[in-house]
Amino acid sequence: MPTINNMIFQFAGAAGTGCDSQGSGWARSMTRAGLWTFANFDFESRIRGGHIYYQIRVGEEPIETHGEGAHVLLAFDEQAVRERIDDILPGGAVIFDENYKLDDSLFEGRDLLVIRAPLVKFANDIGGNKLMANTAAVGVLVGITNFSADYIERSLREAFIGRYPGERGEKLAASNIEVLSAAVEYGSQFQDRFDFQLQARPGGENRILINGNTAIGMGAIGGGCRFISGYPMTPATTVLEFLAAHQDEYGIVIKQTEDEIAALLTTIGAAHAGARAMTSTSGGGFCLMTEALGLAGTTETGLVIVNAQRAGPSTGMPTRTEQGDLDFVLYASHGEFPRLILTPGSVEECFRAGHRAFNLAEKYQTPVIIMTDLFQAFALKTVDRANLDFGNITIDRGKLVSDEQLDAFGPDEMYARHKLSDDGISPRALPGHPRGVYMTTGDEHTERGFITESQSVRIQQMDKRMRKVDTARPDMLPPELYGDQDADITLVGWGSTRGPIREAVDLLVADRQSAGAIHFPEVWPLPEGIEEVLSAARYLIGVEQNFSGQFAGIVRRATGINFHHRILKYDSKQVTAGDIVAAVKEEVRVGV
Amino acid sequence: MVSESATVTIKDFNTDERSTWCPGCGDFGIVVGLKRALTELGIGPHQVMFTSGIGCGSKLPHYMWANEFNSLHGRPVPVATGIRLAAPNKFTVISVSGDGDSYGIGVGHLIHTARRNVNMVQVVENNQVYALTKGQYSPTSQPGLVTTTSPEGSIEAALNGLGTAIMAGASFVARGFSGDPRGMADLLARAIEHPGYALVEILQDCVIYNRLNTTKWYRERIYDLQEEDHDTGDMRTAIDRSMEWGDRIPTGILFQNTDRPTYEEQVPAIKAFGGAVDRDLAGEFSPDDFARMLDDYA
Repeated sequence: MPTINNMIFQFAGAAGTGCDSQGSGWARSMTRAGLWTFANFDFESRIRGGHIYYQIRVGEEPIETHGEGAHVLLAFDEQAVRERIDDILPGGAVIFDENYKLDDSLFEGRDLLVIRAPLVKFANDIGGNKLMANTAAVGVLVGITNFSADYIERSLREAFIGRYPGERGEKLAASNIEVLSAAVEYGSQFQDRFDFQLQARPGGENRILINGNTAIGMGAIGGGCRFISGYPMTPATTVLEFLAAHQDEYGIVIKQTEDEIAALLTTIGAAHAGARAMTSTSGGGFCLMTEALGLAGTTETGLVIVNAQRAGPSTGMPTRTEQGDLDFVLYASHGEFPRLILTPGSVEECFRAGHRAFNLAEKYQTPVIIMTDLFQAFALKTVDRANLDFGNITIDRGKLVSDEQLDAFGPDEMYARHKLSDDGISPRALPGHPRGVYMTTGDEHTERGFITESQSVRIQQMDKRMRKVDTARPDMLPPELYGDQDADITLVGWGSTRGPIREAVDLLVADRQSAGAIHFPEVWPLPEGIEEVLSAARYLIGVEQNFSGQFAGIVRRATGINFHHRILKYDSKQVTAGDIVAAVKEEVRVGV
Repeated sequence: MVSESATVTIKDFNTDERSTWCPGCGDFGIVVGLKRALTELGIGPHQVMFTSGIGCGSKLPHYMWANEFNSLHGRPVPVATGIRLAAPNKFTVISVSGDGDSYGIGVGHLIHTARRNVNMVQVVENNQVYALTKGQYSPTSQPGLVTTTSPEGSIEAALNGLGTAIMAGASFVARGFSGDPRGMADLLARAIEHPGYALVEILQDCVIYNRLNTTKWYRERIYDLQEEDHDTGDMRTAIDRSMEWGDRIPTGILFQNTDRPTYEEQVPAIKAFGGAVDRDLAGEFSPDDFARMLDDYA
């Protein structure tokens, strides 16, 4: 009996040869066919050439990671076969063009179906254009998996008629579909030698396929973001691009600035004037923003910064992932001021962070940083439309002073932007009202925003600002518990490790081991009650994608609780469930 | 842009805040010039938004009653840009900072903001020295100027700020003198009225740290371009004038181009929806309007 709908595919080749668009197109077709999909894009810092691949995993239940290995490798050049051959799982297949000069010895001793297909021949003979070899490759994949070609035909029509409306697009689509059909038929002959099949399932129409950056952008627009600035930097750029693509529909001001310094400062200006404003960057850009971050903190300007982390320091590995910025983001800028840090762990959590961050920023009148990473920024995931519910978004602008309240001010009554208060939050008037004229400054200031060198005012204002940390704490989302909290081991993570950790727990439990997990979607201020949750665990294992276990260090400093062990990965590739299980078995001597 | 109001008087801008400037500082004259310009145009304290940097001159908005966001050293201009883009119909936006701030650490922002033609005024108080840090040479210090960091005289060429701005695409470039508050007020009023980015450099002395470029020194050299046959619409002539420095130093409007649209006028979101701060945040779109975003990914 073949395995149905539980597969991993790799689409591999050089950048610019179409394997990325074919890969994302395949993932979309899988989603449309009612299969839950997760796709990771592995790419290099170059525009053409090199070696890149999409890893696409499908299943009949929601999937949180891209998995390990592949059942089918679609190779778009010879190098792709050599680079990825070891990833192919037992009983898997590799599909490539018959003209590739690859010695049979490469495949010897492997439990592998090798398909040297006439891809270019189909493309030339049937389509009249060798570029259609990509379509032929997908056709062979459809054939060997006994999948319906309808989904691929639909995306071919969308792609070509979308790009070239009219007769040219129609003709191109028709030619590609002819090539596809021939390749499907060719692939079908291998069905009896391949034990994996795909079958469409209902429900695809209720789902979409998006990545974390898109989800943040969607959440931000729904949450009232009307201004974004930024400077292009992988992997954060697509947040800016997403909002730019929707600027006309939702009226979002897009400001690409001369550098990240200006990016945060224009965001500060827009937020000061009263707009919900954000900027997106990666670690290097965040470095440039740090002086302005302190300015936002001390002027009590609420705004949102996305830091999509990549492997650092310095230029680091621009297209590779890491969680190396947590300590930096927590402590960035000189002096002390409150900040909130959100660390979403899935596409759905990115959406939630995207709108929640604006409420938090305006309520606590201080910067809110959403930390994701390159993996989350690019990885595509099937999500239920119902889980991206705009109807559930509320807009809470915090202590905003209305024009009517200002109208009631007497002629000698002075509005004080930084008025002392028990919760540290001052009533905020948007500038522009005759009774609400005020100044604020990055210098230490009085309640009315005048520069001061008074020690007593300094203490009052410092205490007031820092009180906001405790005021915000009950508002921070509690950690998400997964599995048995009385287990022998408890895996603890934040951000994009959520999926791999959950899957690792499942694998360990399936292997009759005792494991649970705690995921932090928001890490600063540390949510209330975490001491109890962490203390209740028998053996805490921090799982982080950085060298030193930064979150474990933050928890220890804040609570005195020591994690018993740290599983750390900083090789620039996303941690997988298999990595975690292997590390647990090799490194941890508790209950296993 | 801002409604005319006959009731604005110069007293509206008065404040009790006492300045930290030295007696005789040129900055006092610049405050007077700004107050006069705003009063002349009927722009009240709530209708103007100052941004400023760090330094003696950047404290200026503190010493007049008006909205102000006092930012970082070198950074008032991007803050001003953000304010303009979020509230394009609400404020006259004026950035005030010194030569170190505007022409040194912040010169990148000057160039790009000029290039974009953001509708704002950038006032550069040019005393050719870093003063609040107690006397180091600045980007506009004349070669040979002896300071604490150039004890044998500055060996750097001085930046031509006006020429730089013109080359960058500034649509209004002028120079005033702190010893002439009335003339300066007139220049500032023209700059505020100008639809686009306006740079106004104000020559001023530093009575403590610049003993070379004193008020007397300036008075002996400056002349008013508008009293000569100067064509403010001719960029090449304006650049030539910007390079004049020595026995004769031009003041007045060097260059003006009113044909360029402002940046704000071209921003699609502002064209279609107006200013972000004027919009209804909660009720503008329905959940269904938002959900259309998802369709592209189905």
